[in-house]
Amino acid sequence: MATVMELVKESEVQWVGQPLKRKEDPRLITGLGKFVDDVKLPGLAFASILRSPYASAKIKRVDVSRAEKAPGVICTLTGSDVSKLTDPFLQISSAPANKVKDYCLAVDKVHFVGEPVAAVVAETRAEAEDAMELIEVDYEPEEHVLDARKALEKDAPLVHEQVGSNLVFHGKWDYGDIEDAIRKADRVVNAKLHFHRFSSTPIENNGVVVNYDRATGFLNIYCNNQMPMFCIPWLSFGLKFPSNKIRMITGDIGGGFGTKIISYPYIALICLLSMKAKRPVKWTEDRREHMFANHGNERSFDVEVPVKKDGTILGFKVSAFDDCGAYTRYEPAGATIWAQVSPGVYHFPNLKVDFFQVMTNKAPVGPNRGYSRMQHLWMIERTVDIIAKELGLDPADVRLKNYVRSDEMPYVTPSGGIYDGGDYSESLRKAMKLIDYDGLREEQARARKSGKLIGIGIATAVDSGTNNFGQVKIITDDNPFSGNSEAARVSIDGLGQFQVGLGTVPQGQGHETFAAQIVADEFGINPDQITVLSGFDSAINPYSHQSGSYASRSAVMGTGALLGATKKLKEKVAMIAAHLMKTLPENISFSEGNVVDKQTGKKMPIWQIANVAWVNNVLLPEGMEPGLVALNFWRPNFTLPDEKWRLNQTLTYSYQTHIAAIELDPESGKFKILRYVIVDDCGTQINPMIVEGQVHGAAAHGIGAAMFEEFNYDENGQLNSNTFIDYLVPSAVEIPHLITGHLEIPSLFAPKGIRGVGEGGGTPLGAISNAVEDALAPFGLQITDSHQNPQHIHKLIREKISKLNQVR
Amino acid sequence: MMKSATKSDMIRVTCKINGKEYSGLAEPRTLFVHFIRDELNLTGTHIGCDTGHCGACTIFMNGKSVKSCMVLAIQAQGADITTVEGLADGDKLHPIQEAFWENHGLQCGYCTPGMLISGLFLLQRNPDPTEDEIRRGIEGNLCRCTGYVNIVKSIKAAAKKMQSEGGKSARSM
Ligand code: FES
Ligand code: FES
Repeated sequence: MATVMELVKESEVQWVGQPLKRKEDPRLITGLGKFVDDVKLPGLAFASILRSPYASAKIKRVDVSRAEKAPGVICTLTGSDVSKLTDPFLQISSAPANKVKDYCLAVDKVHFVGEPVAAVVAETRAEAEDAMELIEVDYEPEEHVLDARKALEKDAPLVHEQVGSNLVFHGKWDYGDIEDAIRKADRVVNAKLHFHRFSSTPIENNGVVVNYDRATGFLNIYCNNQMPMFCIPWLSFGLKFPSNKIRMITGDIGGGFGTKIISYPYIALICLLSMKAKRPVKWTEDRREHMFANHGNERSFDVEVPVKKDGTILGFKVSAFDDCGAYTRYEPAGATIWAQVSPGVYHFPNLKVDFFQVMTNKAPVGPNRGYSRMQHLWMIERTVDIIAKELGLDPADVRLKNYVRSDEMPYVTPSGGIYDGGDYSESLRKAMKLIDYDGLREEQARARKSGKLIGIGIATAVDSGTNNFGQVKIITDDNPFSGNSEAARVSIDGLGQFQVGLGTVPQGQGHETFAAQIVADEFGINPDQITVLSGFDSAINPYSHQSGSYASRSAVMGTGALLGATKKLKEKVAMIAAHLMKTLPENISFSEGNVVDKQTGKKMPIWQIANVAWVNNVLLPEGMEPGLVALNFWRPNFTLPDEKWRLNQTLTYSYQTHIAAIELDPESGKFKILRYVIVDDCGTQINPMIVEGQVHGAAAHGIGAAMFEEFNYDENGQLNSNTFIDYLVPSAVEIPHLITGHLEIPSLFAPKGIRGVGEGGGTPLGAISNAVEDALAPFGLQITDSHQNPQHIHKLIREKISKLNQVR
Repeated sequence: MMKSATKSDMIRVTCKINGKEYSGLAEPRTLFVHFIRDELNLTGTHIGCDTGHCGACTIFMNGKSVKSCMVLAIQAQGADITTVEGLADGDKLHPIQEAFWENHGLQCGYCTPGMLISGLFLLQRNPDPTEDEIRRGIEGNLCRCTGYVNIVKSIKAAAKKMQSEGGKSARSM
């Protein structure tokens, strides 16, 4: 039988690599997109959720009697109902943290401000919200803890008493000999750093519509969860409901960035409400609810770095304290993902990370344009600049000295990551050229003389993608998942029309477009001739239980699965064609909607073969199954961690270099971006327009987080920034024009050399904090926080000035 | 606490949307954005916040761009409204829609309806805006996907298209 390799494609146009206009756009620009809040079903009722006003409190009494009598109310649900109807959600942690009892409504205690306590279903959303206010809850406030390090102290209040501690996970990654490196170093650089809490806050909030169909026994779930099939075990075990009757459906999703993977508690809640109300029920999260319950991980670090005088980094010794808030959800599987990129882009053999993940009485966390790496990479990038400053070297030179070199690729990191190619030095050089680095340094020197503060900050981060869930085995051997997989189905119907289904769950990344580009090239046809199913429906789309769009995986995993499916389909088409054209399958190639006999040049249109495959099937080769449908499940070649936890945690390692030039006003602590440059390399680009868009978006998120966005809690555990009034999402005025450049060095391992792109590694956080510290160099101030709050900067300057005055 | 409306508290609201007369029932407190989405089924206009900050709900009301979550349904009595559904002329996309499509001015598309309206409102007042003016013109619309670069580019491209069409598509909305 012919293999794909032998089937030469003769199409004139190569679609992969073209900035093709997106297939999904016509509906989105005309208002015809279908988002979860647009779902309407006959008899639809509406849910509203009552939330905890306390960071920690016993629930003494919940009285829904007045609410139940309110106009339009259909039913209510409380924590005590939930504890009878469901089991606590699965936990990924090892003992004792796995004793956390997580239900979709708080049962006898609330653990953070905003935790769901009770729910109402009514005929309208307004009636549900009115009735919610009639629910009476008696709370007995308890002591709370809001800081990860304090939460580890002996007498700290316990977030979950039955666990006996606030510790979720403690692990030691130890490679090389860091103590020896410290002894031999010319200098040891120390830093205490803090990475703040923020989130990508997609403009569309979470939403769920559940129609429990009593006739078929199906739970039909419309939602905007990014990895719906991954939720299935959580829903099935939690609700004690058979998984083969849970149908997950997503439509257009208004941005996700990771925040929409952990909505399973809400999905479970709305399922219960639909079953109880015997009606389809919709819940649409409002903005405040979103802000109360969806954060990225906060982390603090103690860092020690042995260096040589010339700037060579010998290793990193780090203690990290990660704050995951009040519930673990997909933690600590999320937090341990930093080890994908343990040395960042640097070449040092000695690495020791003592990692603690801790619960506090704050909102639970989830991925936020990536899980856990951004924190770690920011720590490294910040530290590299501190090293440069202490040694009196240019931060660009320190980077060039320590980057993993292109001739070392594939490079194996101390923790077993296998970097799949690229040229970090070239990426920095390109970025320096784009921003005119030398010119900027001169400008900076001139400005300083006139009292103006200009700062230049560089950061290079690994934007890793296509994860290996194998890291969960580090947490506990019992965790029954590892690797990654994705499904694709490519079919040609009886009239010769192409249809593609994928397991990915796009939230704006253009999967309909890229999938069509891939398949078009394989068959030598135009992407317009291919229909790619939009959204995801587990009853229609192919899927694996790792399907979804997260961890910058879709382009790589989707392509892998698509290529497998097209290979199978082409082989079958070739066999039928060879039979009809009286030639051998290996002589068949595909061009412009035809199959071609390479030897004779004879052609036959694909629709004719499709007709034989489906309808005119007496003409098929003897014994051949009719139909032209190919289903493929693809998995990359992943392994499990070894005894030292060495593991290649992801398949591809994109990288980006960012350089920010800022001007800071010492009178106010405010600063503005003068110029911003990004050079990225995600290997082969399927659609450069989409890649560029992803790069812009990730940069804007990082810039927003560095400059404006912060979830801050007061000492009572109340979240101060809970609307877009006080949580400042940057507008087009705050985000500068982004100057971009690209390298396109193919991945050594992924199909077609594609690397995942989209999360961006939080690179702007490093670039901007480094730029701020550089601007403040005349004051000799150190930046230790990832969030650059002007008030804080102003305070640092004032303190420094008054100190200097005292000395004088 | 607000009292729930009984059927008799409902008020009939009639307005012109995208050139067509629409009529429906609203409570005195019903926001216009909920009225058009839920009552009139025009779900192209989106909701992203509850404080008037995101701009996903932006529409034209009597020729001005307005955040429809900041307007009560009853205030729209008799108003002339254009929503995203009314931008195209039948099957022919409005130049600003074309420009967003051609310049990748959208990713998830959730902010897009509001962006298109704010962009168009800007171009009606200022047919040839600078980059800075464009950025200020869409200041009230948040986008989480694009980093605004391609939105700015799209609006610039739309300005060109509309000018070369001799302002035909700048018909008042
Ligand atoms: S919904 Fe956010 S401004 Fe109207
Ligand atoms: S395109 Fe997603 S919010 Fe703008």
